[in-house]
Amino acid sequence: MADKVLMKGNEAIAEAAIKAGCRHYFGYPITPQTEVAAYMAKRMPKIGGTFLQAESEIAAINMVYGVASAGLRVMTSSSSPGISLKGEGISYLAGADLPALVVNVQRGGPGLGGIQPSQSDYFQSTRGGGHGDYHMIVLAPSSVQEMAELTVKAFELADKYRMTAMVLADGTMGQMMEPVSLDFDVTPPPEKPWATTGTEMKRKHNIVNSLSLVPEELEKLNIARFERYEQVKQNETRYEEYMMDDAEIAIAAFGIAARVSKNAVNEARKRGVKVGLIRPITLWPFPEAPFKKAAEHVKQIISVELNMGQMIEDVRLASECKVPVTLCNRVGGMIPSPEQVLDAILKASK
Amino acid sequence: MSTKQYLFSGFGGQGILFAGKFIAYKGLIEDKQVSWLPSYGPEMRGGTASCSVIVSDEPVGSPIVTYPDVLVAMNLPSLDRFESKVAPGGVIFLDSSLIERKVERTDVTAFYIPATKLAGENGFPTLANMIIVGKILKELGEYNDEGLKAALAKVISAKHADMMEVNRKAIDLGASL
Repeated sequence: MADKVLMKGNEAIAEAAIKAGCRHYFGYPITPQTEVAAYMAKRMPKIGGTFLQAESEIAAINMVYGVASAGLRVMTSSSSPGISLKGEGISYLAGADLPALVVNVQRGGPGLGGIQPSQSDYFQSTRGGGHGDYHMIVLAPSSVQEMAELTVKAFELADKYRMTAMVLADGTMGQMMEPVSLDFDVTPPPEKPWATTGTEMKRKHNIVNSLSLVPEELEKLNIARFERYEQVKQNETRYEEYMMDDAEIAIAAFGIAARVSKNAVNEARKRGVKVGLIRPITLWPFPEAPFKKAAEHVKQIISVELNMGQMIEDVRLASECKVPVTLCNRVGGMIPSPEQVLDAILKASK
Repeated sequence: MSTKQYLFSGFGGQGILFAGKFIAYKGLIEDKQVSWLPSYGPEMRGGTASCSVIVSDEPVGSPIVTYPDVLVAMNLPSLDRFESKVAPGGVIFLDSSLIERKVERTDVTAFYIPATKLAGENGFPTLANMIIVGKILKELGEYNDEGLKAALAKVISAKHADMMEVNRKAIDLGASL
């Protein structure tokens, strides 16, 4: 246990970001992610970094745009309603091909909603969130350790593919404490010859912009961007399979829902029901392969979500509708209990 | 395998989250898998507070404790709310200086600790929570000097190091009951 400490998920994100070399944080308080900002406010001044509580979420995301343009690792964090406000800026980041990290510790919606955990921003996150054709890399941690590790991974992937990456957590993941080890390797940022770092009169000006008024050129940019997205799909899709080898029923769940589901899988196995779990770690790119494979040997897939059924659409697409996909859910800040998931499994096994 | 699920509950300000954090840290020090999940939001500002703590030999699945093996209730609303949820064979520790009624369940063990009263009489009025923690450690056979010391060192920040001794006193008082 020597190097393990108990940390809140929100704090683990903040400390991991610092470990990843992030020295610029811009945010605006909102429950249940405020500890990210509080942690940064304490730590950044001590390490020569910048913590700034902006006047609004919109201001914060545009400050992120500024630092990202200068080629430095930068982040912001918020919770659902705040992410909606950042949507415009996220779209601009995509349009300018800027690497940055956005953290969403989700709460119940729509509107101002509530402050309890939710996964109802799945569509918003995986489809881009703002206007235009684009994606973010979306990482969904399921433990405090992963909150830390995927934060580092998000910075690395953002730099590698010049994309905005999102860590998509929820109120439970942000608020809970678990042992975490922050002893991991970080890939330093690559050279960024496109960054606006000052020419020193030695090179041409770099221009970072999302405006492109000539349709022929804008079309090319969009197509090139999606070619890059294809590479991300090829190289960066991540998931965990649990007891899937002989499974006759599969659960699809991410984040907190996957933890609850794991309890239910264990309980069902004790009762002799062959059930397994597929846990997407990247929500975009969505791990299609394990679902395609599962559809060959399971008779049903149960999508366990804290929303009215969002990821279920991707599960259906990935399994090509070869087997029934059903929903087991709670919403509005409620969390499915292991018993509820177990009931769904037992019903499916009959 | 052994898994123990704790639910700490009471008013905001009674040190509910702190007591839970102590138990979680003690588990961590003893190489267990642990999780700690607070109620957050309006509760923190003076209403009811609760936190879920799981200490296990296995990786912790859901961090949410719905059916606790160990319930700590430091006020009546908490006992009213959670008594029926305690797992059969479970244990309830309650502050009998603040809760007048008895536990109604017959399939659980109850310990009545006048923690708030004792804390006041002994000169550490804010540490009723740690008196109960001491009693828990004793009754569950988890009281050991080394683990205690290490866990206290983790939950009490260097800034408040002077609080270490008095916390230890409160725990020992609870363990002596």
